[in-house]
Amino acid sequence: MTGAPAPGPELVGRAASPGLAAGPVVVVDRVVAGTRPAGDPDAEAARLLQALETASAQIAGLMETVDAEAAEMLEFQLAMLEDEELTAPARAAIAGGASAAAAFAGALDAAIADYRASDDEYFRARSADLADIRERVLRALSGEEGAAVAAAGAVLVGTDLTPTRFLETDWSAGGGIVLAEGSPSSHVAMLARARGVPMVTGLGAFDTSDLKEALVDGDSGRVRFNPDEVARRQHASLAQALAREAEAAKTYLGRPAVTACGVPVSVMINVAAPAEIDTLDPAHCDGIGLMRTEFLFHGPGGLPDEDSQYRAYRKVLEWAGGRSVTIRTLDAGGDKPVPGLTVEESNPFLGCRGIRLSLRRPDVFRVQLRALARAGCHGNLQVMLPMVSVPEEIAEAARLLDGCVAELRSEGYEAVRPPLGIMVEVPAVAVTPERFAAAAFFSIGSNDLTQYVLAAGRDSPDVAALGRADDPAVLALVASTLRGGATAGLPVGLCGDAGSDLAVLPKLLACGLRRVSVAPAALARVKAAIAGMRLGDDG
Amino acid sequence: MSEVALTAEVLLEHEVGLHARPSVKLTKLAKTFQSRIEVSSGPDGPWIDAKSIVKVMAARAPKGTVLHFRAAGEDARTALDALVALVRNDFETGAAGEAE
Repeated sequence: MTGAPAPGPELVGRAASPGLAAGPVVVVDRVVAGTRPAGDPDAEAARLLQALETASAQIAGLMETVDAEAAEMLEFQLAMLEDEELTAPARAAIAGGASAAAAFAGALDAAIADYRASDDEYFRARSADLADIRERVLRALSGEEGAAVAAAGAVLVGTDLTPTRFLETDWSAGGGIVLAEGSPSSHVAMLARARGVPMVTGLGAFDTSDLKEALVDGDSGRVRFNPDEVARRQHASLAQALAREAEAAKTYLGRPAVTACGVPVSVMINVAAPAEIDTLDPAHCDGIGLMRTEFLFHGPGGLPDEDSQYRAYRKVLEWAGGRSVTIRTLDAGGDKPVPGLTVEESNPFLGCRGIRLSLRRPDVFRVQLRALARAGCHGNLQVMLPMVSVPEEIAEAARLLDGCVAELRSEGYEAVRPPLGIMVEVPAVAVTPERFAAAAFFSIGSNDLTQYVLAAGRDSPDVAALGRADDPAVLALVASTLRGGATAGLPVGLCGDAGSDLAVLPKLLACGLRRVSVAPAALARVKAAIAGMRLGDDG
Repeated sequence: MSEVALTAEVLLEHEVGLHARPSVKLTKLAKTFQSRIEVSSGPDGPWIDAKSIVKVMAARAPKGTVLHFRAAGEDARTALDALVALVRNDFETGAAGEAE
């Protein structure tokens, strides 16, 4: 094709990370081995060796820049890559006349299929590492044929994106992610939100052959490829307006959030991985409203021991100084499987997840409770139980926690008994919150509450439109939870995405909510928006 | 192995068995020795190269497996001691004899 590419239609997918991006398209789809004819076997073998060295050097370089968890994953990839056993079938194929790329792709495809066929979930999950290796080496092989390396500011477009590809991409000049498949709850989406990279998923299959440029709206899920001048200008002015807004919002960071009518609102942050807080000033928030602990359970080493958990919790508590830090016990299951722990279920969102799983696995749960009780000596810790649906679960967890504290002290450890609160995400709790007054606090998990109330799965694009956090039924349950909390004298907060959705937040405040916990990237935006709100005007 | 091999065995207690991180540590340590070192999940084999992570991962040894090592070479005894210590210490760094 010559001249300017034809303007593409506007595609709509699921918003996975907010913000606007515009930039040149880099297609990161699964690399194919190519049809390049094979040279003589010696030359092909040399090309493969060269590509393997390049790939190893890249991974080693990447390891320098990521946190310890990601580095362990990369160390495994590096060890696999450097093992001649991995490439032995490829070298045999090259000797038989195959090109380096075809031979390596064939060898890795066989290994990936083997891992995927395992009935061990943990082993199956490692196939993603092999897929990562496959892509990396094939990219290195095609490098001399001019394969795309994403320059800073590019929009990555593909079927899905590997976490390592995200980690090695230079996001310093902006850029975005547009995926035919993928999911807002994927690991990559979480990384994107934490890094502030706009991302849209679930666009469905589309032709990537003639894409030059993309406009991405990570708030509405809209993507326009090869935009005409009008669309480009519109996007640019919207981006400018948002950037001005973001700049203005920053001035609110260092101040407590107060509405225009003088009502203070506590704004805390959600933390998914300790590295997220490295660049954050604790004075900009009122504490951590939700620290997830799933990241600890996804390392290649399997379930984390007490000391490594203790160190991770302590780091966050020390960062926060005396501010409140709410750490949620393992919320595995549902869309967050943990190898060696969760079980496969036909309906995982209604299955053995959160506290249900922890109580069934006291051997694992007690390790976490012990680590928390020890870390509690280093700050203002509260512990939160996910997926509570009956009061007995609080009592059972409290009994285990008390036992751990007593045990630690008898072993000579310093330990505190932190307050034990609960997530309100199962409708049963929101409907009759007074039955759960044994909890030290309530924290509304709006994402799960919404999907359960409206029976609209978070993982299904077809029903996504039904699952609105400002549906009157959801707001009624938020109000019910707030009333129940007030009656029992318990603090009530909200730590779901609804708290940073500026269309929903005013309605939540109108219900009486005065405490939200939001992603670090949304902190300034939310505080600034609160400053402009007048309660009673709307909602 | 044509040379006379020394052997050792140790119970694998790691929670998820001989998976990625333990395999990385085990093969890395094995590679620091000159001796030919093999590992098996039974006393009669099949024996696999303890220096190959691809092979070690493929063995899929679960928690509770008794790992058998055999080594032949000048540093066979040291190698076996170090490997057994690594497994016994649950693959934590700082285990006796660990490289680096």
